[in-house]
Amino acid sequence: MTGYWGVARAIMGREFLRFVHQRERFLAALVRPLIWLLVFAAGFRAALGMSIIPPYDTYITYETYIVPGLCSMVLLFNGMQSSLSLVYDREMGSMRLLLTSPYPRWWLLFCRLLGATLISVLQVYAFLAIAALFDITMPLWGYIAVLPGLVLGGLMLGALGLVLSSFITQLENFAGVMNFVIFPMFFLSSALYPLWKMAESSALLRDICAFNPFTHVVELIRFLLYLQINWSALAWVLGTTALFAAVAIRAYDPSRALMRRKG
Amino acid sequence: MAELEVRDLGFRYGDKIALEDVSFARPAGSFCALLGPNGAGKSTLVSLLTRLLVAPDGHIILAGHDLEHAPRRALANLGVVFQQPTLDLNLTVRQNMRYFAALHGLPRKGLDAAIDAALDRLNMAERAAERVATLNGGHRRRMELARALLHEPRVLLLDEPTVGLDAASRAAIVAHVHDLADEGLCVLWTTHLTDEVRDTDHLLVLHQGRLLADGVTRDICGDQKLSDWFLSQTGGGA
Repeated sequence: MTGYWGVARAIMGREFLRFVHQRERFLAALVRPLIWLLVFAAGFRAALGMSIIPPYDTYITYETYIVPGLCSMVLLFNGMQSSLSLVYDREMGSMRLLLTSPYPRWWLLFCRLLGATLISVLQVYAFLAIAALFDITMPLWGYIAVLPGLVLGGLMLGALGLVLSSFITQLENFAGVMNFVIFPMFFLSSALYPLWKMAESSALLRDICAFNPFTHVVELIRFLLYLQINWSALAWVLGTTALFAAVAIRAYDPSRALMRRKG
Repeated sequence: MAELEVRDLGFRYGDKIALEDVSFARPAGSFCALLGPNGAGKSTLVSLLTRLLVAPDGHIILAGHDLEHAPRRALANLGVVFQQPTLDLNLTVRQNMRYFAALHGLPRKGLDAAIDAALDRLNMAERAAERVATLNGGHRRRMELARALLHEPRVLLLDEPTVGLDAASRAAIVAHVHDLADEGLCVLWTTHLTDEVRDTDHLLVLHQGRLLADGVTRDICGDQKLSDWFLSQTGGGA
């Protein structure tokens, strides 16, 4: 069994080294939420009135409201990024190398997923640290309590990325993922506006947001940052993670690219 | 006993037959060239041997282990050099080797010594600390070969390993792998280049998904040169 841990360490170590070598990726992942936080939110704080809703027990600024959404955004982008690199690996052949390992395929994929998730989590903490420099802070213990939520959310979005990578046959199709997955998931969620606010404009929109698993990642993180557990969000995230992971492991077929090319 | 045995192997992509009724067996200490024009089914066979694809029909037995029923033990005895490069360019040679070693569950104790020895055999020892991106094509291939041997497999599979290499690097790799076979490894070398095959090598010829020939090169070609014989049999498909 020691071999299993060795494989995990190697795959995660490789993800980490790759990440270290791609500093632009780290910067991009950091700049994106910061622009939202420092530019978009600053502009919107005047327009959007916030009422007191759980987990907050006082009036909060809009910047404070969108921090959990932006943490989730980092996880979302990274999940999709790792799906991109899976497609890339498949085309480049390093996935072939991985799969000639005698260890079970599901374990190899899981390690890959976990490695990518831990890197996302690092980026979230970097984002939270910069936000704190701008005086947008959470309860101190919240920074620790949120860790399991970030890992779980990261795994869910990474598993979604894995599912998508099974259906993306070519690297060029990745732009479609941006348009049809990332943007709708992000905007149709509670990341930028609370659901009750959404309901004021359209009940249907609100229902779509409530059904969007990304909303539940955001809410799980939001509550954990304030040392509370949102049980329904937790159940949603656990359930969707299991579902995506099951589909991903079943659908992940490295021969697909081969088949399409020949077919 | 055969180190590599393929029995009644078949595979289809949808309606298109890629391999049909392929059977052969190769013992330890042999160099076997698998020759076939593009589209003959070589890549499919390699994908099946490395378990990237799973064949609905037939059996593959590596070092006595059935790939379908005991994949872990079978794959542990297989070393592969893929046609596509499978190196992390940003990592050093040693980091690439360590990554591979972990994927195969090799113990960390004594690993660096094993890596040094594997690289040394291919005159690559002094490059261990270099980033792969800085190596030329010939060195990268040699490194991939050293890596494929790190877990001491009994069967070595090379899928068109000389693609894109210059003449000197090609000759060096061909010669080195022949030496490995002489030392006891069971080697399967796929290619579409007839000049990589020696008269004394075992030869399998694949054409349109079927085995056209299985024997010693010299016996198969008779008086003809292999390239002439191959062209006459495959209709110039190469």
